[in-house]
Amino acid sequence: MPGALPNNLEAGIILDDMMAEADCLQLSAYFSGLDSEELDSIREHMFKKSVARGEVIIFEGEPATAIYIVISGVVKVFKTSTDGKEQIIYLARPGDSFNDVPVFGGGLNLASAEAIMQVNLCGIKKDELKAILLENPKLAENVLKVLSQRVEQMVSLVEDLSFRRVTGRVAKILLENAEDTNGQRHRLTQQEMAAMAGTAREMIGRSLKLLEDEGKVRLERNRIVITDKKALGEIAGVST
Amino acid sequence: MAKIPEIDRNKCNGCGLCVGVCSCQALVLVDNTVEVREKRECHQCTRWCTMCEMVCPTGAIQCPFEVVTEE
Repeated sequence: MPGALPNNLEAGIILDDMMAEADCLQLSAYFSGLDSEELDSIREHMFKKSVARGEVIIFEGEPATAIYIVISGVVKVFKTSTDGKEQIIYLARPGDSFNDVPVFGGGLNLASAEAIMQVNLCGIKKDELKAILLENPKLAENVLKVLSQRVEQMVSLVEDLSFRRVTGRVAKILLENAEDTNGQRHRLTQQEMAAMAGTAREMIGRSLKLLEDEGKVRLERNRIVITDKKALGEIAGVST
Repeated sequence: MAKIPEIDRNKCNGCGLCVGVCSCQALVLVDNTVEVREKRECHQCTRWCTMCEMVCPTGAIQCPFEVVTEE
């Protein structure tokens, strides 16, 4: 028989598949509070997908066909502008879902999703999801909660995307933390800068890149070199 | 001055996400805790991508920058 596997290997793969499905159901907020009978009925509608690092799972603008839940790995959910700039919406880690909004809304994929490492996913096709929701009121309630969280995430992102203001705050942080008159050098992580600027870590990376593109700083391996202190001060709204 | 990602072994939960995203394969799990395999391997990056720090769910990895003004 083509593709036949040794019994022990086949058993191992089946066991892995079962564990993946179980993990998927346990990890996701969608299935919280459902009893085993309900979970079993949902499990019948699921498919699994393994994706290699760098592979794009869904493309922005294409018809939304399925909702995905990350079992292992990390998926980057992002939008791309016409001039190629990338905006990360969020990183989906184990238990997180993506592409749920357009699937429930009946539209096109709102964003693209790319595996940034080897990723295992489980998914439910759009048509099957509707049938499952009709049969499981608890699942429908969970969906409302997940989508509410998604709206909260988007509102937070909109807040962060008052982009220039964040860049100004980052510029000020850099000036304040550049080596002092005693030659003392301070070290900052992007997470710390995010906390200081009151924004998301991802925004710090984008702000630093913007400042570098504008020639105000140079990013090195573990150094941020201020190359135009005066211009940085103007962005920060402080005199230098 | 740190030249490699700093790892807090007490915070690391061994999830391995950082190992998966590391573009120069410099990170490895040893006894369920992440370690930098070889300093020189991490130095293959021309600049810190900081993806390991970004994906770490527990804040166990830090890639600090020092801020300096060009002479």
